[in-house]
Amino acid sequence: MSEAAAPGARIALVGNPNSGKTALFNALTGSRQKVANYAGVTVERKEGVVVTPSGRTLSILDLPGTYSLRARSPDEVVTRDAVLGRLAGEAAPDVVVAVADATNLRLVLRLILELKAVGRPMVLALNMYDIAQRQGLRIDLDGLGRELGCPIVTTVATRKRGIDDLIAQVDAIAAAGALGHASQWREPSAGEIREAHREAQRILKATVRPAERPDTFTGKVDAVLLHPLAGLAILFVLLFVMFQAVFSWAKPAQDLIDAAFHALGVLIAGHLPSGLITSFLVDGLISGVGSVLVFLPQILVLFFFIILLEDFGYMARAAFLMDRIMGGAGLHGRAFIPLLSSFACAIPGIMATRVIDNKRDRLTTILVAPLMTCSARIPVYTLIISAFIPSRQVLGVLSLPGLVMFGLYAAGILSALGVSFVARRIFWRGAVEPFLMELPTYKLPDPANVARNVILRGRIFLTRAGTIILPIMIVVWFLSTFPGAPVGAVDPAINYSLAGRIGHFIQPVLQPIGFNWQMTVALIPGFAAREVAVAALGTVYAIGNADASPGMLATTLAHHWSIATGLSFLAWYVFAPQCASTFGVVKRETNSWFWPMVMLAYMTALAYAAAFATYRIACGFGLG
Amino acid sequence: MHDMLAEPIASRAGPARGGAVRLSAARPGDRGVIVEVGADAAGAGHGVAVDELQRRLLEFGFVEGAEIEVLHEGAIRRDPIAVRLDDMRVALRRRDAQDVWIQLDPR
Repeated sequence: MSEAAAPGARIALVGNPNSGKTALFNALTGSRQKVANYAGVTVERKEGVVVTPSGRTLSILDLPGTYSLRARSPDEVVTRDAVLGRLAGEAAPDVVVAVADATNLRLVLRLILELKAVGRPMVLALNMYDIAQRQGLRIDLDGLGRELGCPIVTTVATRKRGIDDLIAQVDAIAAAGALGHASQWREPSAGEIREAHREAQRILKATVRPAERPDTFTGKVDAVLLHPLAGLAILFVLLFVMFQAVFSWAKPAQDLIDAAFHALGVLIAGHLPSGLITSFLVDGLISGVGSVLVFLPQILVLFFFIILLEDFGYMARAAFLMDRIMGGAGLHGRAFIPLLSSFACAIPGIMATRVIDNKRDRLTTILVAPLMTCSARIPVYTLIISAFIPSRQVLGVLSLPGLVMFGLYAAGILSALGVSFVARRIFWRGAVEPFLMELPTYKLPDPANVARNVILRGRIFLTRAGTIILPIMIVVWFLSTFPGAPVGAVDPAINYSLAGRIGHFIQPVLQPIGFNWQMTVALIPGFAAREVAVAALGTVYAIGNADASPGMLATTLAHHWSIATGLSFLAWYVFAPQCASTFGVVKRETNSWFWPMVMLAYMTALAYAAAFATYRIACGFGLG
Repeated sequence: MHDMLAEPIASRAGPARGGAVRLSAARPGDRGVIVEVGADAAGAGHGVAVDELQRRLLEFGFVEGAEIEVLHEGAIRRDPIAVRLDDMRVALRRRDAQDVWIQLDPR
């Protein structure tokens, strides 16, 4: 960017949730935005730049939505501290842009009164102004501006209306060098909140004539979508469709990515002399990148649905419908979406827990997210089921393998409910946070906004997960490769490697649950990602390319393992912490090693106990 | 946890105030005006102190004088509830609504 003629200015967008703040941010900055984390916390920091006609560079910060500066969640703490200039390494904004849903002014007026006390120069953007006009809502803009002592701009962010006007107003304030006054803000007491409400009410009465044609659409839709029975039925149908789409729409793209990386590996292996470097490129780097990318289609499809439903206003309704059902296990209604995402992969699921305001609710959700059957378990389940579960009909209509698969999913869900129930009692002595949530009016999602957010989520997944998964894949490659097999070795090379030695070392511990040394050796690379265990079993049983021909591996396993061992391995995989990337993400999201350790401990304990019980019971039935 | 709907309102933390009822006991279709937002919820058990809950309620617009109407309730134990609060819709659990007293309009 060229040298700006005028000194730059820092702008912060503040507003209630659902005020269209992020749409306004997108309209202002276009694609010139970057997403990072605030130092030390896992709150997303979205910043973008816009150059004004006078040549001033405005850097615009999209702060998390809030109803009050009295912060209650990590997101709201960031908003408060950013506005007050308390964030480490960040000065207070030069201009605050208060973003308001023009059709829902009462609560935001109280927030604006709080912002006034902070003393930064301010502009009020009355967003969704087209809807206000359609409803026949009359706002006396001059009067409101006088009452609040700040310029007002009307905007329609989704149509990019009023954006130039807003930029001009901000530019004018920056040009005037308005400094504002020192902050007089402090946490309001209950009495002061009431007083501010009265003041907001007075301003509202004086400057806004109520809507002549208020929105009745939301009420009518809610009568169906929030109906105790019909609403739940619709929710489950939606989930079913979403689930189907995550797996079926993503499948061709996943197969393509898989095949492309496989072909690339073959190509490189064919053109380079076999040796360590080739092995590193093919088995470490390329298969590492491939194992990250292969989840991208599912994550894009998943986030497409989530963002679509979120923008429509449905997600708050889903939380409402699920709150009591999940609440019995001590989970918050909003935990529903992260847990749903975890069926694709726990990593985006854990990242999605950011929608939960409360720390305890959020940590509980993070703890149980890996128990949801992620798609990386499916190759392992499919392999073992095809090896050990006879393809029989049960009760005439149900297939036995399908039934076992269903049982594995159910075991994951039920154990997640159980663990959250116990965790709540152990860690927070059963305290339940209040559940207060606005049900926004329904709005048609803006396709451009949905597309932009889906791409953004995909990018975040690639950078966050990629930077964790890739190094882990490389470490695992190292462990499985060094030291190499001695001359004249008969066993597969992995047997002589560090991974092999670790596998042999822990084998006595896993003996009681029916695991042989080949299995324990295969578990070590399986820590990189669950589905890697399939390839690793292929390696230890010296079947090349086990991914491509699982049938042969299944036959070999059926020959070498007892049924009890096969079932025990399935039970192990329901619970086992076989995914180092998940721990990396949990460490990052919780900012501590404590929670990943708790997760590792409880998952290992559950896996061992479940596999032990399964193995012993199966042996008791003579399947050993 | 007990079912607060099964219990007569008067037995909880003193008598109903001047004919007002707790929002936690209201049913869909009930409408009226908020007359008091207290800070003495019986049986606590909230993850936050009662005066913190009171401030959160106030910030969400549960404030004396606001018009309120119960719109929907959940399938299990009729919880949570969705209310129209002046011009916005809010969902909350009945246990968090105990301190909101409403003067019902005659039906």
